[in-house]
Amino acid sequence: MAPPSSRRPGHSRRAQYGTFFGYVIAAVGLLAGGVLLIASTGSTSAFSGLRNAAADTAAPVAGVAATARGEANGVFATIAGFFTYGSRVARLEREVALARVQLAEAAALKGENQRLKALLTLSEQNPRPVTTARLIGSTSSSSRRFAVLGAGTAQGVMTGMPVRSPLGLVGRVLEVGSHSARVLLITDSESIVPVRRASDGLEAYASGRADGTLQLRLINSAGAVLRHGDAFVTSGQGGLFRPGIAVAVVDVPTRDGAVARPLSDPGATDFVAVEPLWEEALKSADLPPEASAKPAAR
Amino acid sequence: MAQSLTDSLHDLTRPRINRAPSPVVAIGLPWLLVALGSLAPFLPLIASAPVVPPFGLLVLIAWQQLRPGLFPVWAGLPLGLFDDLFSGQPLGSAVLLWSATTIALDVIEARFPWRGFVHDWLVAAGFIAANLLLSLQFANHSGGSTPVAVMMPQLIVAVLTYPLVARLVGHFDRLRLLRIKAV
Repeated sequence: MAPPSSRRPGHSRRAQYGTFFGYVIAAVGLLAGGVLLIASTGSTSAFSGLRNAAADTAAPVAGVAATARGEANGVFATIAGFFTYGSRVARLEREVALARVQLAEAAALKGENQRLKALLTLSEQNPRPVTTARLIGSTSSSSRRFAVLGAGTAQGVMTGMPVRSPLGLVGRVLEVGSHSARVLLITDSESIVPVRRASDGLEAYASGRADGTLQLRLINSAGAVLRHGDAFVTSGQGGLFRPGIAVAVVDVPTRDGAVARPLSDPGATDFVAVEPLWEEALKSADLPPEASAKPAAR
Repeated sequence: MAQSLTDSLHDLTRPRINRAPSPVVAIGLPWLLVALGSLAPFLPLIASAPVVPPFGLLVLIAWQQLRPGLFPVWAGLPLGLFDDLFSGQPLGSAVLLWSATTIALDVIEARFPWRGFVHDWLVAAGFIAANLLLSLQFANHSGGSTPVAVMMPQLIVAVLTYPLVARLVGHFDRLRLLRIKAV
């Protein structure tokens, strides 16, 4: 016998009305979804309060999960080291990766310093981070690349602040709750970071491809050749990111730029630092933003 | 008297005069499981590409195929809203898609009362694919520009994960009707 259908509950009027109103509410849900979708597509910041409240509520539990992630990463690294050449090799490789990035950043900083010194004296090169926190979640099942940071307005985080790990730029803060914040990762397809080559200052834009890589587009491509392994750092244009944060290395050069690998894997970093707004830092140093963009444009 | 865990579990499933399933667990557990699936963004994993299957949706489809009528047809509205809060999609995306999914699953249930494993899997695969691709469209309209190819690994993983999720839901369905309430 076929199972009894939930649509025909028999002769009870009450049950029939119940079924009918169930379908009415379902249709209302369909309509409400459409209306909400149109509203939130029109303005992406719509309902951000609702989202932030939800993230704030889930943040304590997610923080515990993030701690577990850190420990699990350590366990996996040790096992991987055992199966390759022992855990020492894994540690050395990490150190080399870090050193390589720091070398690229140092080279960029050196050039930057020379240019800035020619113009004026900047009081502070490395601003103190606003706060350090864990990334406690990411939209791993959506096509958008957001992460949730375990710090919010209570820790001084503000919209637009750059988020970085020791290895390089992770993203920037998009929405802030009281104890959590939504971070737009640099691999999201909406994210665009002005960058320059660490060695010679060749200007480009790094936009996310949503699959974990970045697309580098050269601004002035005349005669410029990108090679596998070229390191790119932020150029400081646009006033969002301070110059000299490591971003990516070129993986596959293409005709009009290159596909690059971001240097900081947000999944492998334990803590990330939230840096103050670069424009604010410039203002406090009594420096017009145009002056900072000028040397990088060379 | 020492009793093993399976024995005591079996005791709880046996019909007894003074024990009944708790209505809170029997009705609340499916909702709770879907909500937990929607919290997948808080898994201890920071992904740089969409790789994790949409667990909330998978659990919702699995419950509806295992126990048609357990969720009301309007279940997509509250559950979708909860999913939207965490998924990173524009708000309303899951409300719309999940509402459409629950209504369509109800129609399919009325049209094909007898279904096999393969039938269920194919239907679920169709719904998963439609949901993922339409969510991609919605996300792209609200600022992204992700190519469809990026979603393919996630789609394949989600379709292959579905039988496992359905199996898990089956196990929870047995827990759901444990006779834990004294009458």
